[in-house]
Amino acid sequence: MLEDWEPVIGLEVHVQLATQTKAFSPTAVKFGEPPNSLTDPLVLGLPGTLPVFNQTALELALKLGVATGSQIRAKSRFARKQYFYPDLPKGYQISQYDEPLCEHGHLDLLIGTQLKRIKLTRIHLEEDAGKNTHVGSVSHVDLNRAGVPLVEVVSEPELTSAEEAAEFMRSLHRLVRWLEISEADMEKGQLRCDANVSVRMRGEDRLGQRTELKNINSFRFVQNAVDHEIARQLRIVDAGGRIERETRLWDADAGQSAPMRSKEEANDYRYFPDPDLPPLVVPGATMGTILRGLPELPIPRFERYLRLGIAADDARTLVSERAMADYFDAACQVNPVAGVGRLIGNWMLTELLGALNADGKSIRESPMPPETLAALVALVEDGTISGKIGKEVFAESYRTGEAPLAIIDRRDVRQISDEPALWEIIDNVVKANPKQAEAYAGGKDGLFGFFVGAVMKATSGRANPVMTTDLLRKRLGR
Amino acid sequence: MSEWWGVAETAKRVRSGEVTAFRVVEDMLVRIARLDRELGAYLELDGDGARAAANELDRQRKAGELLGPLAGVPIALKDNLVTKDVVTTAGSKILAGWNPPYDATVVEKLRAAGAIIVGKTNLDEFGMGSSTERSAFKKTKNPWDLSRVPGGSSGGSAAAVAAGMCAGSLGTDTGGSIRQPAAFSGCVGLKPTYGRVSRWGVIAYASSLDQVGPLARTVEDAALLLQTIAGHDPRDATSLATAVPDFVDLPRDVQGVKIGLPKEYFAGEIEKGVRVALERAKTALRDAGAILVDISLPHTHLALPAYYLVAPAEASSNLARYDGVRYGTRAEATDLLSLYMKTRGAGFGPEVKRRIMLGTYALRSGYYDAYYKKAQQIRALIKRDFDAAWASCDVILTPTTPTTAFRFGAKATPIDMYLADIFTLSCNLAGLPGISVPCGLTSEGLPVGAQLLGKPLDEASLIRVGGAIEDAVGLRDRRPGGFP
Repeated sequence: MLEDWEPVIGLEVHVQLATQTKAFSPTAVKFGEPPNSLTDPLVLGLPGTLPVFNQTALELALKLGVATGSQIRAKSRFARKQYFYPDLPKGYQISQYDEPLCEHGHLDLLIGTQLKRIKLTRIHLEEDAGKNTHVGSVSHVDLNRAGVPLVEVVSEPELTSAEEAAEFMRSLHRLVRWLEISEADMEKGQLRCDANVSVRMRGEDRLGQRTELKNINSFRFVQNAVDHEIARQLRIVDAGGRIERETRLWDADAGQSAPMRSKEEANDYRYFPDPDLPPLVVPGATMGTILRGLPELPIPRFERYLRLGIAADDARTLVSERAMADYFDAACQVNPVAGVGRLIGNWMLTELLGALNADGKSIRESPMPPETLAALVALVEDGTISGKIGKEVFAESYRTGEAPLAIIDRRDVRQISDEPALWEIIDNVVKANPKQAEAYAGGKDGLFGFFVGAVMKATSGRANPVMTTDLLRKRLGR
Repeated sequence: MSEWWGVAETAKRVRSGEVTAFRVVEDMLVRIARLDRELGAYLELDGDGARAAANELDRQRKAGELLGPLAGVPIALKDNLVTKDVVTTAGSKILAGWNPPYDATVVEKLRAAGAIIVGKTNLDEFGMGSSTERSAFKKTKNPWDLSRVPGGSSGGSAAAVAAGMCAGSLGTDTGGSIRQPAAFSGCVGLKPTYGRVSRWGVIAYASSLDQVGPLARTVEDAALLLQTIAGHDPRDATSLATAVPDFVDLPRDVQGVKIGLPKEYFAGEIEKGVRVALERAKTALRDAGAILVDISLPHTHLALPAYYLVAPAEASSNLARYDGVRYGTRAEATDLLSLYMKTRGAGFGPEVKRRIMLGTYALRSGYYDAYYKKAQQIRALIKRDFDAAWASCDVILTPTTPTTAFRFGAKATPIDMYLADIFTLSCNLAGLPGISVPCGLTSEGLPVGAQLLGKPLDEASLIRVGGAIEDAVGLRDRRPGGFP
């Protein structure tokens, strides 16, 4: 039965590091430049050239290593991964093999609002290859991408569904952007994923034969490709067949994968330590700087927001990107009283995000700074204006940039919370509607709303609604 | 008249204005044109570039500008050193006609010092050989005996120096490729400590062993060239960030210097003429006040097998880039695999293919530990031998080679050829500096080289002791017959 089988997925994700220059030479890294304009003698693999490692790439990789709780190797090693291909000018890729920079880390996923920790086998540094394009029978090589620094993040086979695999990608995407070590723009190939997929009988400890899926370049494709592969494997085992070890290429347009090479055709990469590069030493001072400069990470922040009384779904949205969480924290800090977080969260997620979405803007582009939102929330909270008026003030302040208090004063929309003044207004309203007052006293409860409306009308909506209710009951006698 | 001037002498005369750089270069080019048809030391001459550089120097001198320490000195470069706009082939058909867009660091440094690059010299393809017979282009003859090889792989550089077709030259040394041809051709050849000289722009053979160094007719000239090319280079991650001491005008006094004589090097088969010449060198050093000490380097016999794993393994990787896609020779082909196979099949010579196959085999998955890794462990043992030896001596003296220059075709099998380097390999495996200094001629009139090995970064002691050998038993002004 198919229900007796469970899928097991491990991911290998390549993340382009946001350095100014290439991993081993001083040529600029940019996207969308004319083909082969970002090259130099080393990138071209000219005879006599030598690599010198970009220390910024090390720092960026270390941030990820620390943020994933990895063990950092004080002295790691670059190795040559050797194969022939036109997009690989030296005939080998400089990578790391048996002495990678990071091992034994983990990535925490939010599956819905539940945490799931996925172990990371390793995170290592390497250089990207160039890009081959084929036009009819002619092939072109663009080496602009060759030599761009990458980290490869390898997970343990602990993901159990395509949804989890996609969530792994989203979590990693969020983390590397959070740490500002990569733009991770999947459309530009800055985050790319290969998936190892296998199925096994439930309760079985050993992994089944795996296939490797290559060329998965969006969150949606991760899910589609893995789902498709699980289904393919289940069809095979259900029919009593055996899964062959092979590499398959995902074709997103066709929505299916095709075999790329079998185990027999697999390359022997003949790894060996790159003799042109000394061991990669992590300086103690660099490590100290990274540890001190590490921001509060998404998952600890999510948990802190839960402690602030924020609903899990809202907390999840607030940590969806660092700019959002930073906006939220900045707003909360203006007036850090108990309960303010929940209020600011509500205003942010409904009013602010609503307005930003309508404008097609990101939180970074918000015309309203967090201090302004905090001031507005405080004015609602202390009763200066009602929540309803607050929404109007928000809209105007968002549009014009005018301070909420100035808007309130100019429009004279302060809430009436003065008891004698409100009593006088209510008294007048009741006196002006004797029939209704009588009917209400006679048990027609539905008329209470009529009086609230009349008071609001008399005050242009400025009457404090809580006080209005209290005083109306008192005045109407029940 | 200027052709036999060495590095120091040429620079002095050009700086003083006694002769123009143009005259020096012109005379040298004429001499090369006269002699090199027979000798075959050069693969490529850069007459126009050399004359232009010389004219510029002469203009600078007239304008009263300060000239560099090598002003006007005609230098030959082994053709695995990359030269901007001067064809560089590494002696291989696969790079035939390659016109590099950049200069090696050593070339930049030579030019900055005022040296004039006259041309590129012949070598065994990619430095893989000990006779220069493995060049894809031509044979180079030994100026001391035209029926013999000049040694290799820097054979063209050695022959050019020996025949007065340059004031000095640069070679590269991976397993003896400077010292062995220096010994065969009667020159001084110095292999610096690994990391002392930048490898940027040196066409790689075996990256962890390759090192650039000078070949010259005197120890002083070699020191002057080393002074110019040594030093840290941020473009080479293996270059050492160590200050370069003064190598020029060192005292030649060897009073009290302890000279180790490793029994393993003197026990084996050594040609009689070589043995006799080495005895003369030993005696001369003892007479000059040096103390001779018997030492042992017990793992010497493992150097050859270790070298022939490490060097081919690295070479198999370093030579992967010659695929016909971006530069060099490209074979006609209809698909990618046949492009690779045809380009590399036609472009590489048999010795290069042999080493690529050896290296590819040694690095195969599952064999790495048994071969490459074990060879690296042997390197550590060899290095430890030397570390222990330094407790009892300051430099080590050995013959550079077991024989004098052999005849063309004499080393019929690869193994015979490999054995010609038996005394020079350990130095590279341990990353130490070494020098070969002529210590006289055999009765047949062939030069013999004495090899000195030094502590890491102690090229100065090699220059000092080498100078003493040169003073006592060197060839000094002896020139090969037939090359006045």
